[in-house]
Amino acid sequence: MLVYNFVLMKRCIYTMAGLSAAVLAVPLAAQQRSYSAAEIASGKQLFNVQCQPCHGPNGDQVTGIDMRKGEFKRVSTDDEISGVILNGIPGTGMPPFSLPDASRTALVAYIRSLHETGTRAAAGDAERGREIFEGKGECLNCHRVEGRGSRKGPDLSDIGASRNAAALERSILDPSDAIPPQQRLVRAVTKTGTVIGGLRLNEDTHSVQLIDDSGRLVSLSKSDLREYTLLKTTPMPSYQEKLSQQEIADLVSYLVSLKGLP
Amino acid sequence: MKFLALIALAAGMLTAQVSSDRLLHPDREPQNWLTYSGSYSSQRYSLLDQITPQNVKNLELQWVFQARSLEKFETTPLVVDGVMYIVEAPNHVFALDAKTGRSFWDYDYRPSRDARPCCGSVNRGVAILGDTLFLGTLDARLIALDAKSGKPLWKTEVGDPKLGYTITHAPLVVKNKVIVGVAGGEYGIRGFIAAYDAATGKEAWKFYTIPGPGEPGHESWSADSWAHGGVPAWLTGSYDPELNLVYWGTGNPGPDFNGDKREGDNLYSDSAVALDADTGKIKWHFQFTPHDEYDYDAVQIPVLVDGTWKGTPRKMLMWANRNGYFYVLDRATGKFLSGAPFTKLNWSTGLDEAGRPMRSSSAEPNAQGVMIYPNLFGGTNWYSPSYSPRTHLFYIPSWQDSSMNLGKVAGDFSPGQRYMGGTIRPGGPPTRRGAENTPVENSNYGAVLAMDPATGQIKWQFKMTDLTASGVLTTASDLLFAGGREGYFYALDARTGAELWKQSLGGSEEAGPMTYRVGDKQYVTIAAGHALFTFALR
Repeated sequence: MLVYNFVLMKRCIYTMAGLSAAVLAVPLAAQQRSYSAAEIASGKQLFNVQCQPCHGPNGDQVTGIDMRKGEFKRVSTDDEISGVILNGIPGTGMPPFSLPDASRTALVAYIRSLHETGTRAAAGDAERGREIFEGKGECLNCHRVEGRGSRKGPDLSDIGASRNAAALERSILDPSDAIPPQQRLVRAVTKTGTVIGGLRLNEDTHSVQLIDDSGRLVSLSKSDLREYTLLKTTPMPSYQEKLSQQEIADLVSYLVSLKGLP
Repeated sequence: MKFLALIALAAGMLTAQVSSDRLLHPDREPQNWLTYSGSYSSQRYSLLDQITPQNVKNLELQWVFQARSLEKFETTPLVVDGVMYIVEAPNHVFALDAKTGRSFWDYDYRPSRDARPCCGSVNRGVAILGDTLFLGTLDARLIALDAKSGKPLWKTEVGDPKLGYTITHAPLVVKNKVIVGVAGGEYGIRGFIAAYDAATGKEAWKFYTIPGPGEPGHESWSADSWAHGGVPAWLTGSYDPELNLVYWGTGNPGPDFNGDKREGDNLYSDSAVALDADTGKIKWHFQFTPHDEYDYDAVQIPVLVDGTWKGTPRKMLMWANRNGYFYVLDRATGKFLSGAPFTKLNWSTGLDEAGRPMRSSSAEPNAQGVMIYPNLFGGTNWYSPSYSPRTHLFYIPSWQDSSMNLGKVAGDFSPGQRYMGGTIRPGGPPTRRGAENTPVENSNYGAVLAMDPATGQIKWQFKMTDLTASGVLTTASDLLFAGGREGYFYALDARTGAELWKQSLGGSEEAGPMTYRVGDKQYVTIAAGHALFTFALR
């Protein structure tokens, strides 16, 4: 495990004009290079389609492989991961994917970004993070934790059980890019002109279930709608300019600490 | 279509928190089903009347919810402003759109492997207050859930599952408290009913169903038998806001079939107890089966009825008991008003003036075995009865002619282990039927009985070939809904018992039917087999 000074590194990153703040993939011992936010984002899209069905959203659903912990059965370097993606592993459930080099690089970038180093959380103070969450960050205006706050956005009471620090930080700095596509806001207009907005909870061919902006569980029949849109953006602002690096580290620490009830 | 959209919106617009005041007045919102038994009086009677004896033949299936679990599906849903809350085994809660059965969210609590329920890893439902649901779990926890998201808010330990404590029933919310009892009467627990603060989960009061040293009733247990004497409380109680009393049924003393080491009446086993809702202090008790050796839990739904009794206004408590007798009590005092058998029984020769059963000397358990009517499952059991204030009849889902051959064996207590003191063999034709049912002349059978509480007479009987574990629902249009092991879901005429409609659901109904309305449509729902079925008029 490579040890490095997270705060210092972040400071460097943030002061580099023109470079996205979300250069997050931490170089591991076996990691051969760093990756850009664009590569990670591109890789995430590919991962969700190609890899998630077997490996799961956190890359931990195949026995012996946990991408959050950087654990693999047969590979360690970036080139080896890329090679396994290209060639598959005969005799196992891992098929070959004939993807171009750039796509495989993006996938490796995303897989590396999943790795939980613990450093971001370690650099922050969860209690100060809670104060920011409930105060300056105004997060409770949209989110809910342990029965307090709004229902406009996702309830975060156990977010630390399903997301690592890197993913949480991406959500704070670049929310539009980091919101999981499954957690989309929707806008529906009925044939009588009523507009309904909210967070989609469930959908089938004929109906959609959502929690609307005022916290009501609503079920809509699609045949009653003249417009139904999945919004690809999020009303959540980026906190890149709103909070200091330390405050973001504190906030991430707090979110990581939210594990739900035991 | 516009109309449907408006209905959908209307369901959303009406959404408001379920205040304790709303729980007090379910008659103001008959479209909803806010508590396990439909109201604090637990009559399982609905004011909805769109479905009538005339049009019930037009009922058709609206949607089906298939459970993931293959356990018995015993849930009674709650419906709050178009959202239905159910629990499938063991502790998997779903919020469904009540019109379509589509899920808003689910919460899958995995109880500890230490849990050791006697009779199935089941759950019968949740309670609600505000925007919070309350779930009792198989490993004896009480969990509060956000009704909008299913996220858990707090979890409280009610009992130790290693010692046999478990929870299978829907809690009862009274004011700001959540009240639950425990199961575990086959494991030598010391039963209790306890209340928890709805906001925090902190224990507010605890009533032990077996009095401790120095408390009245403690003398009804010999030696130290009280300490592991069972007496669970594994079904939802009822509440009278005027008297501020909570009514709960209690279960068998342990060991179930051998009373030699627990001489005495074994209070408050097999009893109705009336508890102060704020403090849990006992106001009165009525013991149906003193010194029980037949497993005749008084774990039935206490049904509260206001009316006249022999010309005088009375607040009554009506109770069809597992021991085979139907009782009417004064619920302010616990005074016995009347009792009458509703099934074949031989363990008792009748009730005395105070309602105490006179024991039959030929029904004493012994090592050689003795034939007892009814069997341990009783004349009825936990299956919800119904009372219609229109017909003034009390509807009992009953077992007729069941018997057991009870052999007494030594019952030694060991923590967390079965503590039974007897062996049970069928007394006659079996109560468990296979996939092919071949009943004989004297087979036991299930029946919905219409009991006239004023006379103790059965006004009509709807007889089934197999037994029943289904609850009963009545409505303001004088319909009665019930099922049975054969999987038929019936609509009967509540006044005559005539069969008006039936639908095979392909699996035993082991839950209580309920009804609700979304928009302008009345729905009727029941769980059968491993699925929940919802009907409405076509």
